[in-house]
Amino acid sequence: MEYPSKLIEDAVNEIAKLPGIGKKTALRMALHLLRANEERTQLLADSLVNLRTKTQYCTHCHNIADAPVCAICSSSKRDKQTVCVVENTTDLIAIENTSQFNGLYHVLGGVISPLEGVSPHDLNIDSLINRVKDLSLDIKEIILALSATMEGDTTSFFITKKLRDYPVKITTIARGVPIGSELEYTDEITLGRSILGRKAYEH
Amino acid sequence: MWLEKISLLNFKNYEELELSFSEQINCLVGENGSGKTNLLDAIYYLSLTKSAFSTTEAQNIRHQAPFFMVKGLIHKNDHDYQIQFSVQGGQKKVGKNNGVNYDRLSEHIGSFPVVLITPDDTDIIKGGSEIRRKFFDGLISQIDSVYLENLINYNHVLKQRNSLLKQFAENNNYDSDLLDSYSDQLLDFGAKIYAYRKAFVSSFFPTFIAHYDNISGQKETVKITHQSDFASGNYRKDFFQTYQKDLVLQRTTKGVHKDDFDFEINGFPVKKYGSQGQQKSFVIALKLAQFDIMKLEKGIKPILLLDDIFDKLDDLRIAKLVEMVAHHSFGQLFVTDARPERTQTIFQPIEAEKKVFVIQQGTVIDESFM
Ligand SMILES: Nc1ncnc2c1ncn2[C@@H]1O[C@H](COP(=O)(O)OP(=O)(O)OP(=O)(O)O)[C@@H](O)[C@H]1O
Ligand SMILES: [Mg+2]
Ligand SMILES: [Zn+2]
Repeated sequence: MEYPSKLIEDAVNEIAKLPGIGKKTALRMALHLLRANEERTQLLADSLVNLRTKTQYCTHCHNIADAPVCAICSSSKRDKQTVCVVENTTDLIAIENTSQFNGLYHVLGGVISPLEGVSPHDLNIDSLINRVKDLSLDIKEIILALSATMEGDTTSFFITKKLRDYPVKITTIARGVPIGSELEYTDEITLGRSILGRKAYEH
Repeated sequence: MWLEKISLLNFKNYEELELSFSEQINCLVGENGSGKTNLLDAIYYLSLTKSAFSTTEAQNIRHQAPFFMVKGLIHKNDHDYQIQFSVQGGQKKVGKNNGVNYDRLSEHIGSFPVVLITPDDTDIIKGGSEIRRKFFDGLISQIDSVYLENLINYNHVLKQRNSLLKQFAENNNYDSDLLDSYSDQLLDFGAKIYAYRKAFVSSFFPTFIAHYDNISGQKETVKITHQSDFASGNYRKDFFQTYQKDLVLQRTTKGVHKDDFDFEINGFPVKKYGSQGQQKSFVIALKLAQFDIMKLEKGIKPILLLDDIFDKLDDLRIAKLVEMVAHHSFGQLFVTDARPERTQTIFQPIEAEKKVFVIQQGTVIDESFM
């Protein structure tokens, strides 16, 4: 693409590095900013710089926080005996949005994958074990809510093995047929797992 | 199912070709290097969206030409299918079915089955265990998609585990819990794959035997044995006992990725003791058993492509093969032969529609019913 100015080209190149944004969209955004009030751009830039420089990670659960301890960990309304283990903040937000979970979280920062050079030490697994070990925290249940991929499964296996000597209950989220979908259109693997993971019917 | 028409543009040594085939027997004759195998390959391409011989698409484009195209008109269950594949040098392959582009070419594979028997097939006997696993895995996957899923998962865990073993060696550390996490999954998927292969071999074996007996005139006893680390009742224990070895070699030394299928004639390995004609009969029987299984699974007779099938076979074995053809055990048939007189002698007595194509340097110089 040819650009009328080097300044626009630089901006487009930077914006297009964001996930899901191509050069065309980036150009549209850049031109939009030029047309709008200069103040708008200043506010956007400030918020981005603040996001990057002022964001902290909760020392307990590694969630994104404004303070050393995040809002969830410091809330008195949460059930502190149940910890839900997730891959990243996106997954944490997704579970929060269901309003079905009132416990605490632990953000791993990824899943184990030797092929991609991700070992347990690159993840927040040790700190999870330390939380469980710390009897004063009185954690009774760990819910493993990792993706249904091989890497997610391996990470779940590994954590389970590491926690086997501690008096904590380990559960994993149910996997099965999506609500509102027809059985016959569910893929064989999911359907197979749902049959194997069946549960008693609740009246 | 049958292929009525084919047209080629710049495919291998064919610049331009349009042919109409017989629904029954088609004989492709011509000198060495004239293009008989290439024509079979074009038919194979229409079924499997790739060449049986070339490793790159560029090899399929006629020298100095910018692209190739393979087009075929196939009749199946009272429907007509105009199938077309083309590759422009360096670009993505395009596939069409009745004018509609395929989003994914894998959608096409399996719809119009072919079975190809070529002289290269003896690699199944002579080659390493990988070729035999691939042959059987391909067959089982066609019957059961869950098998393929297990196989993909197994291979993925295997890659991760091997990569982990390398990292242990590089960083000089070791975490048995982490290695166990992979071993457990590998054993679970492996046990399923083993069970599938075992069951398959025992159902495949009688079909294979029947074909071998028929071709050989029951002169020899043949056997296929599935070898696997999982055959031992103690495979779990065995597996964990190889940790030390795995760590040293930095790869997984036990598992279904090491499975093999032993082929024997009269109690001795075909690879070492089988004559060329016996080896050839063995692979023909394997492929004909494949034909039967595909026919059963798909409910249609695959197109059978026989490349130089008569070489190395004695008159008796040729007669047996021809008898099968005469009894209409097969659907549409394509046979190549560099010796036109032999083809004439073999097919003349058979009551069926027979068409002979004489090929010379990438053109068909004569076609006639026999
Ligand atoms: N991409 C290509 N462009 C041009 N010619 C090609 C290409 N690929 C292969 N050929 C030619 O095709 C010929 C081989 O054709 P083919 O293998 O079909 O012969 P054949 O009739 O089966 O011979 P044989 O009786 O020896 O098996 C060779 O002469 C080879 O050079
Ligand atoms: Mg040939
Ligand atoms: Zn927190």
